[in-house]
Amino acid sequence: MTPNERAGPAIAIRSLSVSFTTPEGPIHALQDVDLDVTPGDFVSLIGPSGCGKTTLMRLVADLERPTAGTISIGGLAPEQARERRAYGYVFQQPALYPWRTIERNVTLPLEVMGAPKAERRERARKSLEQVGLSGFERRFPWQLSGGMQQRASIARALAFDAGLLLMDEPFGALDEIVRDRLNVELHELWERTGKTALFVTHSIQEAVFLSTKIVVMSPRPGKIVEVIDASSLPRKRALELRETPEFLEVARRVRDGLRAGHAYD
Amino acid sequence: MNAVALALPGRLARGNTLPILVVSACFLAFWYAAAIWMNAGLIAGRSSGLDAISFAKAAWSLDRPLLPAPHQILWELKTSLFDARLGTPRNLFTHIGVTLSSTLVGFAIGVTLGILLAIGVDRSRALDKSLTPWLVASQTIPILAIAPIVVTALGSVGLKGLIPKAIISAYLCFFPVAIGMAKGLASPDSAQRDLMRTYAAGARTTLTKLQLPASLPFLFASLKVAAAAAFVGAIVAELPTGAQSGLGARLLAGSYYGNTMQIWAALIAAALTASLLVGAVTLIERLALGPKGARR
Repeated sequence: MTPNERAGPAIAIRSLSVSFTTPEGPIHALQDVDLDVTPGDFVSLIGPSGCGKTTLMRLVADLERPTAGTISIGGLAPEQARERRAYGYVFQQPALYPWRTIERNVTLPLEVMGAPKAERRERARKSLEQVGLSGFERRFPWQLSGGMQQRASIARALAFDAGLLLMDEPFGALDEIVRDRLNVELHELWERTGKTALFVTHSIQEAVFLSTKIVVMSPRPGKIVEVIDASSLPRKRALELRETPEFLEVARRVRDGLRAGHAYD
Repeated sequence: MNAVALALPGRLARGNTLPILVVSACFLAFWYAAAIWMNAGLIAGRSSGLDAISFAKAAWSLDRPLLPAPHQILWELKTSLFDARLGTPRNLFTHIGVTLSSTLVGFAIGVTLGILLAIGVDRSRALDKSLTPWLVASQTIPILAIAPIVVTALGSVGLKGLIPKAIISAYLCFFPVAIGMAKGLASPDSAQRDLMRTYAAGARTTLTKLQLPASLPFLFASLKVAAAAAFVGAIVAELPTGAQSGLGARLLAGSYYGNTMQIWAALIAAALTASLLVGAVTLIERLALGPKGARR
């Protein structure tokens, strides 16, 4: 047993449901979702549009409230976890503040949290180095490519060293070549830092490449079809892994799960 | 012939200068023609023996023309700005100073009020619902109708001079600021706002770190409108009170005594001052937002 496992799950979700009322009747965005995330895991949520994967992520982040059920983040309710800045969130868009330099975007959470200036700069330097953006401190967001902007937003999420990373399709808007490279970089980052990660994606390849666990979801009502264990794949991964039979086997299981959830109907 | 001389016609054709020069020339020609036509009646009695050129010259050099020629206005402008003694009512700078000071006080009040209203309306739905219709309604009242009421009402309680004029200015310029600022405060997208939420940032931090910086471009666009409006407000406020000094008073005095050159000179001084005012705001905008980068 590693110390991580003894500490209990990083995220524990129990019979979670969310429904919205619309003029056409209630919509069940999520129904009866149970999920455990072990500390140090990289868990991907995959499923077709409308399966509630983003909603699930936003519930963990306390950006939305559940209709029923509970979420515990290292023993804390989502609201407490948010107030203790227990997670870093990466959005689909970089959401950088255009009037701030890259460095000052990365120090933004630290400013909000009241860290002294010297510490802010030191942490920004470190997290920009982690995403390969050293030397771009003085640039403004519009001077960076889409991929670099998204790296800056990851650096911003890393800056205050939360143990949990929540990423909502961070590479969804990028082209495949940039995406491949960022996948490798994100994998190395996770591998090096040992953070727990929850990652929403549309891409089977991305999910299998990055994850130790893949949660396959289905829509209407949003629920979990299957949780696929990918820890059989080596912990250290390179792009070539994607051509190996082991990788293709896990990808096939994910695809089967999506089919069972009627994703291809 | 050198390269510069060769390049000049091409540069003129590409830039804005040539079109502006052409339009100005047409405008001046039209003005001079109009001056002959409008002033013809005033020289009719002694025009019998004049040829066309002498007639035009006469029409352009009357002491009290209906429409003064541009060079007469410029001469009057030059005389009243630089020849009359500074600090006396004969000097136009005195009047510009009087109007400008109440403009600036009114602008400061109006901008502060506009920003505070926008923040209030952004913070509270109740304030938005109850206040916004009134703000819009306030702008449907013609300024010419309300200015005399405000000025005389304040005069009866002993407030005279700068303050009533500043209030009219503020009344005219708070609205564009409030509207622009409210739009700016609402401009951050949902991800930018959610980000602040994930940092457990309070309303005040969200305002200072996200909403206020995001609203600066909107604010400056409004400030340009507001600066011009505040200036117009100050001039209008000088009209109904029989004020002794200020550009408005100068305009009024000119029309009382049929001194058209004085009116036109005051008008042009007013236009130049308003341009300088808007130019100053643009300059501050450049300094605050960077040359063109940073914020795009």
